[in-house]
Amino acid sequence: MKKRRIISVTVLNEHSVLSRISGLFAGRGYNIESLTVAPLQNSELSRITIVTSGDEKVFEQIVKQLHKLIPVLSVIEDEDLIEKETILAKIPIDQSISDIDALCKAYNGGIANANDKYIILTITDNPNRIDCFIKAIKQFKPKEIIRSGVIAIEQH
Amino acid sequence: MPVATTNKMTGAKMVMEAFKEERVEVVFGYPGGAVLFIYDEIYKQNYFNHILTRHEQAALHAADGYARASGKVGVAIITSGPGFTNAVTGIATAYTDSVPLVVISGQVPITQIGTDAFQEIDAVGISRPCTKHNYLVKNIKELPRILKEAFYIARSGRPGPVLIDLPKDISATLGEFDYPKDIRLVTYKPTMKGNARQITKLKDAINDSKKPLFYIGGGAVISNAYSEIRELIKLTNIPAIETLMARGICGDTNPLFFGMAGMHGSYASNMAISECDLLISLGARFDDRITGKLSEFAKNAKIAHIDIDPSSISKIVNANYPIVGDLKNVIKELLNILGDYDKTKTKKWLETLESYKKKHHFCYQDSDKILKPQWVIEKIAQMTDANAIISTDVGQHQMWVAQFYKFMQPREFLTSGGLGTMGFGLPAAIGAKIAQKKKYSINISGDGSIMMNIQELITCIQSGIPVINVILNNNYLGMVRQWQTFFYEKRYSNVDLTCQPNFVKLVESFGGIGFEVKTKKEFEKALKEAMNSNKVSLLDVKIDRMESVFPMVPSGGAIYNMMLN
Repeated sequence: MKKRRIISVTVLNEHSVLSRISGLFAGRGYNIESLTVAPLQNSELSRITIVTSGDEKVFEQIVKQLHKLIPVLSVIEDEDLIEKETILAKIPIDQSISDIDALCKAYNGGIANANDKYIILTITDNPNRIDCFIKAIKQFKPKEIIRSGVIAIEQH
Repeated sequence: MPVATTNKMTGAKMVMEAFKEERVEVVFGYPGGAVLFIYDEIYKQNYFNHILTRHEQAALHAADGYARASGKVGVAIITSGPGFTNAVTGIATAYTDSVPLVVISGQVPITQIGTDAFQEIDAVGISRPCTKHNYLVKNIKELPRILKEAFYIARSGRPGPVLIDLPKDISATLGEFDYPKDIRLVTYKPTMKGNARQITKLKDAINDSKKPLFYIGGGAVISNAYSEIRELIKLTNIPAIETLMARGICGDTNPLFFGMAGMHGSYASNMAISECDLLISLGARFDDRITGKLSEFAKNAKIAHIDIDPSSISKIVNANYPIVGDLKNVIKELLNILGDYDKTKTKKWLETLESYKKKHHFCYQDSDKILKPQWVIEKIAQMTDANAIISTDVGQHQMWVAQFYKFMQPREFLTSGGLGTMGFGLPAAIGAKIAQKKKYSINISGDGSIMMNIQELITCIQSGIPVINVILNNNYLGMVRQWQTFFYEKRYSNVDLTCQPNFVKLVESFGGIGFEVKTKKEFEKALKEAMNSNKVSLLDVKIDRMESVFPMVPSGGAIYNMMLN
């Protein structure tokens, strides 16, 4: 049965390491729903968070194949994760700012900026709530919505 | 007062020094603009031989053949752009069969990377899926470490090719050569020792099994585990079968050996897989050419899988007893704990397999009118007294060699098992001859395959490497023709090779000796002359045009459903 999974990979910051990871997924036909990457604080490492889907057998292979790559330090497959995603959205200025602000606050976000044409808003929440927010914000006729992809950290 | 010393040198010189440290005996390669500084240093050094091939693909296959025959790391140097892309097939061939190689490719200067410069190609990007690891050297300070790591990564764990893409300006830049004594790779630690609890579970499974079977793969060769495997077979009286890549591990005269398994495997070995109750994979990876229809593969058996590569285990067939570790270590451990194993338990099982062996063994209809390829191969084994390394290309001839040559030791059979690369045989035979000077190096090829790297005959001449080439010539791309016969209603699309060069004149034009062979007598005479000549030679052996390889399991069929003739 296909399931959504989050894999956190810690890698050495070296030349083309990200393409090694994404190339592995592409070459072996594994799915990537989202991918985020950034250096870890005070180290020569980066953390890559991949949201993927597949059955148990595929997932087992993904983890094993990732372990096989030389610059990979660890692969975390913990199910007890806190995951967050961010979106940025652009809403025409003629919409109700107070209603938008209230909606953003309900989703742990707010208005990041406003100019003569658009309000820019941001929220950070778990992916399910992000989905809900996107449905809710549609009534304000968003010009553009940008979604970041997931970052995750194990709870223990 | 002591004089201050410095070990500053160019990147190109560092490469030479690293080769010296790693005791490299031979380098195969082809020069070009991006590796001129390296070739200038090769000219000056006297640590190793350089063999100039006539194509980069052949340089890689020769390094590969050397590595397979010697058990050491093969080394190749190629230039940037087309030099590198020509080499990709050789790199991929080594990757698929887990052969340790260090490949140095030239690259345009750092300042020109990304500008579509003359002979620029993204070598690291292209080779990513077919190397164990690869590097682009961006700073001279990194080069000694990268060279050290490359050799270590290539030969350790599950071996494979490692590419170092070296920009031309780095090869000319001066830097300190501090070759690391130790490897400090925090992210790479292959598991060498098997889990003791898992090994004990396997021992219990062997004790409980009524019809156990050892299924031996190429990992047994890589791990040099053949004496341990022979001891294990002898101690337990458990029958054994081999994959193509493991030919020679058991020794073909071993009474407990029941042949090669798979699409063109023996009836006994395929039936053994189908009827066993415990299949113990020793470094085999369940290739589709072995398993056939997966749902029918070993369906009565529990599966034990020993492999150094965790990602191989349960990739295709679910393992009930997974053991990650170096095969030699794991078998030693298993031998330690097997204790008083009752070796009489397998008597009935062996009798069954023996009856299968008698019922259908590899055979052919011999003829005195037309040469049969199987006869030719048996004759080669007999006349060389198995004192030869046999390399092959890919096709019918490859399968006939695997079936009819008597392999008694590992590293005697060099063939492209995983990738199935035509053009592998001749250059691999060059590498093999350098690795094993006292043995005959015989490339058995088809009339299609030989054309893919035939220019390497001149490499043999220039470097004084007496490779014997036996072409089993049926004027066809034989294996494709065989498939078209059985599965495409004899629509022989583009397999006719009746338009051929005069192979005898061709080898003579290169400076070697050639023989056209049509009879048994002619073959014996020609092979004898070739063996005594100490020159590169080619026997153009005209064989029965329509001979097919049997048994054959149709692609995707169950392995017990064999076409026997």
